[in-house]
Amino acid sequence: MLVLEARATQSATAAWLSPLLAMVLTALTGAVIFLAMGKTPGIALYIYFVEPLTSWSGLSEVAVKAGPLILIGIGLSLGFRAGVWNIGAEGQFIAGALLGSAPAVYFYDSVNPLILPAMLAMGVLGGMGWAAIPAFLKTRFNANEILVSLMLVYVAELLLVHLVQGPWRNPQGWGFPGTRMFPDVALLPMLFPGYRVHLGTLIAMAVPLLAWFVLTKSRFGFQVQVFGSAPLAARHAGINNHRMVWTTLLISGGLAGLAGVMEAASTIGQLMPKISPGYGFTAIIVAFLGRLHPVGVALAGTAIAVTYIGGEGAQISAGLPKAVTGLFQGIILFYLLAFDLLTRYRLVRIRRGERAA
Amino acid sequence: MKNIIKLTALALAGALALTTGAVSADKTKVGFIYIGPPGDHGWTYAHDQGRLAIEKELGDHVQTTFVENVPEGPDAERAIAKLAETGHELIFTTSFGYMEPTLKVAKRFPNVKFEHATGYKRADNVSTYVARFYEGRYVQGVIAGKISKSNVIGYIASFPIPEVVRGINAFLLGAHSVNPDIKVKVVWVYTWFDPPKEADAAKVLMDQGADIITQHTDSTAALQAAAERGIYAFGQASDMIHFAEKTQLTSIIDNWGPYYVARTKAVLDGTWASTDTWDGMDKGMVVMAPYTNMPADVAALAAKTAESIRSGAFHPFTGPIHNQAGEQVVAAGAVADDGMLAGMSFYVQGIDDKLPQ
Amino acid sequence: MELLIASIMTMMTAATPLVFAATGELVSEKSGVLNLGVEGMMLIGAVFGFAAVTLTGTPLAGLLVGSLSGLLAALIFAVLTLTLLSNQVATGLALTIFGTGLSALVGLDYVGETIVQIRAVHLPVLSDLPIVGRLLFGHDPLVYLAIVILGLSGWFLKHTRWGMILRAVGDSDGSAHAIGYPVIAIRYAAVAFGGAMAGLGGAYLSLVYTPLWAENMTAGRGWIALALVVFASWRPSRVLLGAILFGGITILQLNAQAAGFGIPGAFMSMLPYIATIVVLVLISRDPIRIRLNAPACLGRPFRAER
Repeated sequence: MLVLEARATQSATAAWLSPLLAMVLTALTGAVIFLAMGKTPGIALYIYFVEPLTSWSGLSEVAVKAGPLILIGIGLSLGFRAGVWNIGAEGQFIAGALLGSAPAVYFYDSVNPLILPAMLAMGVLGGMGWAAIPAFLKTRFNANEILVSLMLVYVAELLLVHLVQGPWRNPQGWGFPGTRMFPDVALLPMLFPGYRVHLGTLIAMAVPLLAWFVLTKSRFGFQVQVFGSAPLAARHAGINNHRMVWTTLLISGGLAGLAGVMEAASTIGQLMPKISPGYGFTAIIVAFLGRLHPVGVALAGTAIAVTYIGGEGAQISAGLPKAVTGLFQGIILFYLLAFDLLTRYRLVRIRRGERAA
Repeated sequence: MKNIIKLTALALAGALALTTGAVSADKTKVGFIYIGPPGDHGWTYAHDQGRLAIEKELGDHVQTTFVENVPEGPDAERAIAKLAETGHELIFTTSFGYMEPTLKVAKRFPNVKFEHATGYKRADNVSTYVARFYEGRYVQGVIAGKISKSNVIGYIASFPIPEVVRGINAFLLGAHSVNPDIKVKVVWVYTWFDPPKEADAAKVLMDQGADIITQHTDSTAALQAAAERGIYAFGQASDMIHFAEKTQLTSIIDNWGPYYVARTKAVLDGTWASTDTWDGMDKGMVVMAPYTNMPADVAALAAKTAESIRSGAFHPFTGPIHNQAGEQVVAAGAVADDGMLAGMSFYVQGIDDKLPQ
Repeated sequence: MELLIASIMTMMTAATPLVFAATGELVSEKSGVLNLGVEGMMLIGAVFGFAAVTLTGTPLAGLLVGSLSGLLAALIFAVLTLTLLSNQVATGLALTIFGTGLSALVGLDYVGETIVQIRAVHLPVLSDLPIVGRLLFGHDPLVYLAIVILGLSGWFLKHTRWGMILRAVGDSDGSAHAIGYPVIAIRYAAVAFGGAMAGLGGAYLSLVYTPLWAENMTAGRGWIALALVVFASWRPSRVLLGAILFGGITILQLNAQAAGFGIPGAFMSMLPYIATIVVLVLISRDPIRIRLNAPACLGRPFRAER
C-alpha cells in the first residue's frame, strides 16, 4: 500500500510541477464539462486559454486585467506566508481608490502633473488605513482578521456607493451616481495608442521583482519565511507576532490600495458605484496558484487573467455562459491544493505489516 | 497522454475552424452587453426579448450575440471593445454604467454604431435611448389608489437616481389623483437585483401596513412575498403573472423590440444616425400587462388613463405640482419639461420621507 | 403591537437560514475544522434543492437534495483538508468560489422557474391564540426544524459520549488519537454535517424565503453564518440569539427606513457588518473566555504519526 511520508524540506520540483499539473487537469475537466454542455471541447478550450494570447489587443487586455491581480496577489502572498489571513483585499482596493481619487475629485480642473503621484501615494495610504483596522483589532483585541477584513469589504463598498451618489456626485451628471471624469493629468499615461495598457500595468509587473528581492535578500523576508514555515520556532527566535501582523497587513493593504487607485485613474477614469469586478477575491486564488512566490504570483495572475478574457470570448464566439469561468477557477484551486500535498510529503510504497521508517 | 494528444488536435482543429470563419460572414452582427443574466425576468430579460425580436424579424440578415453579467467598471470597456473587434456593426449597451466605456470604445471604432440605454452622453456613432416608464408608474398609482384599503403603499426602490425618483413621484401623483389619503412608504435597498433582500423589504413594508407592493428592482421576489401574504403587487419590466397569478395587478413591460428592430434596419439600410430617443406608451416602448385581480371598474379606469397618456391627451406630470417644501415646480395646467424629468432629484409634495442625498 | 409581532415573525424567517448554516459550521469547528466554504455550500444547496423541486414537484425532495448536495460539496473539502492535508483556509475559499460558479452554471436552466412554496403551518386553535398564537405557532415548518436541529446539536455536543469525543478531537487531536479515537473519521462526519446544514440553509432561501433561483442569491449569508459561530463563542445556545440579532438588524434597518427615519440608507446598510466586527471584538478581547470555548485545534491539519 501507499503511505505518506513527510519530506524534510519542501520539494522544489513538486512546487513548480503542481500548478502545471493542476492547470492540465483543469483543462481536462473543462473538456468534460464542455462535452456535457454539448460544445466541442477543443474549440472551447482554445477560446478560453489560447485565443486571448493570439492578438495584440488580447495581450494588452490580459496585461491590464493581470495588473491588479498580481499587485494584490503579491501583497496577500506575503501575509499568507506568515499565516495572516487578509481576505478583505477587495475592501482595501476600494478604500485605496476612494482616498486616492480624492485629489482628482476635488481638483477636477487641475493641470498640475503632481496630482498623479499624490493620488498614487494617497491610494496606498487608503488601502493601508483600511487594512490597519483588522491589524489593530487583531493585535489589540485578538479579533479574527479573516472576519474583520471581510466585513470591511461590505462597508467599503457601501461607503463608495454613498460618496458617488452623495457628496462626490458629478453636479453635471443629471443626478446619476458617479464622480466627474478625472482631469487628464490625473490619468495614468497609456503606453501604446489604441491599446489599454498603461503605466500602472508596468508598475504592477515590477512589483513581483521587488517582492522577490525583499523576500530573498532582506531580514524581513527571512522573518516572513520562518514565520510561515515554523511559527513556533519563529516565536522562540523572537520574531514579534504583532509586528508581523501589522507589517503584512499594511503591505497587502497598501498594494491593494495602489491597485485600486491605479484602476480608477486608468481604465475607469472616474469613481462609480462599482469599480472592482472582484479583484480582491480573485487575487486570493492568484496568491495560492502562484504558490505564494512572487514569480509564481505573476504567472498565476496572468493565467487567471487569460481565463477571464477567454471567458468573454467564449460567450461571444461560442455562447458559453459566464459561470464556467468561476467554476474553472474553483476547480483549478482544488487540484492545486490536492497536489500541494506532494510538496510536503512523498508517497512511499510499503508492504503490509512493514513499518515506514 | 493519449487524451492530451487528442485534445491538442481538437484544439488545433478548433483554431482552424475559427480562423476560416465557421460563422457565416454575410450576416450583419448585432451585439448586446447585459448587466445581469437574461433569465432575471426583469431588466436584462426585457432587453433579451428585444434581441430575440431582432432575430425573429431580421434573422435572415442579422446574427445577434450577447455578453451577460458584465459588471459596470473596468471590464465593461473590454467587453464592448471585444464585440466591436469581432465584427459587430451595431452594439447595444444596456445599463447606465456603460456610458463612459461605450463612448471610449466608440472613439476607437468610428465605423461601429453604438446604442446606450439610459445615458445622456452621445457621439456621432453613439445614440441613447430610454423609455418613459413613469407613464406606467402613473397608471399603477391610479390602480393602487383605487384598491388600497389601508391607504399605505410599499415602494421598493433601488438607487436614488432620477429614473427611480421620477417613478416614485409619478406613482404618487397617480395615486393622489384618485385618493389623496394614500401614503407611499419607500425603502431603498441599494441594489437592482438581490432576491432575498427585495423579499425582506417587501415583508417589512407589509409589516408596516402596506397592502400593495410596488418595486423598482428586478427580481420577482417582492411579488412572491406579497403573494405569500395574500396581498396585491405590481410586476416589473416584464409580465410576471405566472409567478403570482392571484397577486399581480399589472406590470410595466419594457418593450424594446420595435426600437431594436428599427435601429437594426437603419444599420442595414445605411440610414442609421445618432439620436436621443425617449419613447413611451405612444410608440409602444412602454406597455401595460393585462389588468388582473381588480374590479372591472378599476381596470377600466386604468385602461382609460393609459389610453389618454398614450394618445397624448394627458401628461402624468401635469401641474400644479409642488415639491416637498411646498414650492410650485410646475404651474397649474403646464406639464413638466423633459429637462426637469430627466434630472428629477426631488420628491413631490405628498411623500413624507426624505430623499436620500 | 401588530407591527412588533409582524417584525418578529419577519426576523425569525431572516434568522432561519443563518441558524442552519451556523449550526453546521459550529459542529464542524468544534471538531477542529474551519470550513470557509459555507457560502459556496449554501449556493449549491439552494440550486440543487430548487432543481429537485422543479423536477419532482415535492418540497421535501428539495430539502433532502439541497442538504445532500451541501454534504457532497463538504466532502470535497474534507478529502482535500483531512486526507490530503491541504490548508483549510485556502480550501474553504476555493469551495466558495467553486460553489458560486457551479451553482450559477447548474442554475442557468432554472432561472425564472416557479415552484410551490412551503407555507406557514396553521394549527387550529393554537395558531389563532392572541399574540403568542402567531409568534409560537405561526411559522413555516423549517423555522421549527432549524431550532430543533440546533437544540439537538447542543445536546449532542454536551451530553452524549460521541459529542464529548468530537469536542476532544477538536481540543486535542493528538491525545484523542492516542486514546484510540478515530480523529479523521470524526472530522469527516462533522464536516459532512456542516455541509448538509449549509445546504439546507441554502435550500431554505430558494424554496421558502424567496421561491426562486437567482445567481449568487445567498448574497453573503454564508459569511455571516461564519461570523455568527464566533459571535456565539462556539456555544449553540447563543447561535439562535445571534441569528435573530443578525437577521433582526437587517430587518430593523429596512423598518427604520420605511418608517421614515432620515439616516442615509448606505450607512444603515453598513450596520450589520459593523455590528459583527464590534461583537467580534467584544468576545475576542478576553483571551481566557475565548479559549474556554474555542476548539484549540481549529484549522490545524492532523496526521496520525505511525
